[in-house]
Amino acid sequence: MSSTGSPLPTLVAANPKPLAGICADVRAGRVTARSRVDAFLARIAAHDGEIHAFNEVHADAARAMADAVDASVKAGRDPGPLAGAVIAIKDNIVMREGKTTCSSKMLANYRSPFDATVIERLRAAGAIFIGKTNLDEFAMGSSTENSAFGATRNPWDTARVPGGSSGGSAAAVAAGFCDASLGSDTGGSIRQPAALCGCVGFKPTYGRVSRYGLVAFGSSLDQIGPFAHSVADAALVYDAIVGRDELDSTSADAECAPLAAKVAEPLAKLRIGVPREYRTNANAPGVAAVLDRAIAAAKALGAEIVDVDLPLTDIGISTYYVIAPAEASSNLARYDGIRYGHRAKLAPGEDLEDLYSKSRAEGFGPEVRRRIMLGTYVLSSGYYDAYYKRALQARRLIKQEFDRAFETCDVVLGPTSPVAAFTFGGKKDPLSMYLCDVYTVNTNIAGIPGISFNGGFAEEDGKRLPVGLQLQAPAFAEETLLRAAAMLEKACVG
Amino acid sequence: MLGVCYLSGMSGTNSDTAGSGLTDADIRKVAKLSRLAIDDAQVGAVRAQLSSILGHIAKLQALPTEGVEPMAHPMKIVNRLGADEPKACMPVEELLKNAPAVEDRFLAVPKVLGDGGGA
Repeated sequence: MSSTGSPLPTLVAANPKPLAGICADVRAGRVTARSRVDAFLARIAAHDGEIHAFNEVHADAARAMADAVDASVKAGRDPGPLAGAVIAIKDNIVMREGKTTCSSKMLANYRSPFDATVIERLRAAGAIFIGKTNLDEFAMGSSTENSAFGATRNPWDTARVPGGSSGGSAAAVAAGFCDASLGSDTGGSIRQPAALCGCVGFKPTYGRVSRYGLVAFGSSLDQIGPFAHSVADAALVYDAIVGRDELDSTSADAECAPLAAKVAEPLAKLRIGVPREYRTNANAPGVAAVLDRAIAAAKALGAEIVDVDLPLTDIGISTYYVIAPAEASSNLARYDGIRYGHRAKLAPGEDLEDLYSKSRAEGFGPEVRRRIMLGTYVLSSGYYDAYYKRALQARRLIKQEFDRAFETCDVVLGPTSPVAAFTFGGKKDPLSMYLCDVYTVNTNIAGIPGISFNGGFAEEDGKRLPVGLQLQAPAFAEETLLRAAAMLEKACVG
Repeated sequence: MLGVCYLSGMSGTNSDTAGSGLTDADIRKVAKLSRLAIDDAQVGAVRAQLSSILGHIAKLQALPTEGVEPMAHPMKIVNRLGADEPKACMPVEELLKNAPAVEDRFLAVPKVLGDGGGA
């Protein structure tokens, strides 16, 4: 949330010092983890009533984890690279503390008997969990308005959405409720809320981070990633969660050397591709201006700007809204009111079939029901070839298009979202909400990594709103992606 | 909005198809396949929303895909085999804590077979 010039709104946290330095202070005993947790809890108590970033704050558990870190330091042990880092977790990632609701009535009382792999890894690295953050129900949406427990508000302007689906995780970082947070990204659900809240949101290559314990939405698209105040902080959290996991058979074997220490190294001959299709009238004027300034700043750094073509950008939404609902309709079939989750009360004479359909109709909100039906429709007999198969063919073409673009550039730059944060109720029609995902869905479709960072600000109705820029890179090129993002982050807002 | 050929398999008897290919009967059928109870009052709104989304998705029909191999997944992975070793299971009591209805150590469900049935 770097900000030059204008004062920050009260609800937005000033940029803190780098997380690696904070954790070093905790390891050296210069700062206690407990004092850090108490300070975050105080800020949450003061401001989360207005923001509603959290579904649940785990104050006691967070204090206990902090005390354990401090005790470990006192005893001369190393609590790990994230010692004392306070992290909020999107409420669709399971952990033993508290509930995992997916912001759905369906799972309103669900308590996980196990930890997700990312949670285990963060625990082992010395991190502290402060609570579970709000989301669009089952991660389906771009505003958190689909949460069954009420929307999250944007710290920059509480009349506006924080983006979604990981809106709570983005707002929690922007509001200074935690050092970093985790989200999940199926079609932009990390990057778009990061853009709208002015923080960093990073979706790694598909398979980089284990999905074990992430409540499944679109299994060939879902990926967990961090939100943070800076690219370097995001890299530090990423280093702790990345890597092969035998509990996720789609987790990648690829090499994953630590990146946090490398991100500050500038790339000497960076070639930045700017697709013509990312510079259209669809972009709000304030967003277009931020992109133009970033291109100029990149040139000043010595980067080469390359024209590239991604003509299938536009077909991405159609492709995504076939594949993601199709996978969701299958994944969400498990919520049947039998083993866990909401169960409807049956009237006399109603049977097991009624139990399924009533429990699901009562437990799921409108957007989730809509996507399940859409997914069921495109997979149903007679439509499979017309929709699903064709979308999978489009998926290959989109992937090939990125492959071609990356023959002439190292990263692709553009806006994360065509618009800055919009007002509540501003996109009532589901399709108009879907169209906001135009720059983010193809990243997931192709399985490549993408990161959003704050590129500057736009004025709208007298409000100063952050504008996110996105970089995308070839699969497994996280090092290039993060180093390029760190360069541009610095060049754009200092 | 949509090519008729793609809808022929699901057109119902309802004639209310203005502006889209989807009928109310189609919506009821999809809801049934989705195991989602749907009120009569909701059908029209759902039909309008799904029609609008499908209208947009119809762009896919114009994409030349002749000879393109479908891509279901971004990773080239072949089956991964784990060591065939027994591991500790989660305790049944832990798992049953989330169950909406339990009898003894079992999940309770409505009778599945008709009168006189049951195992």
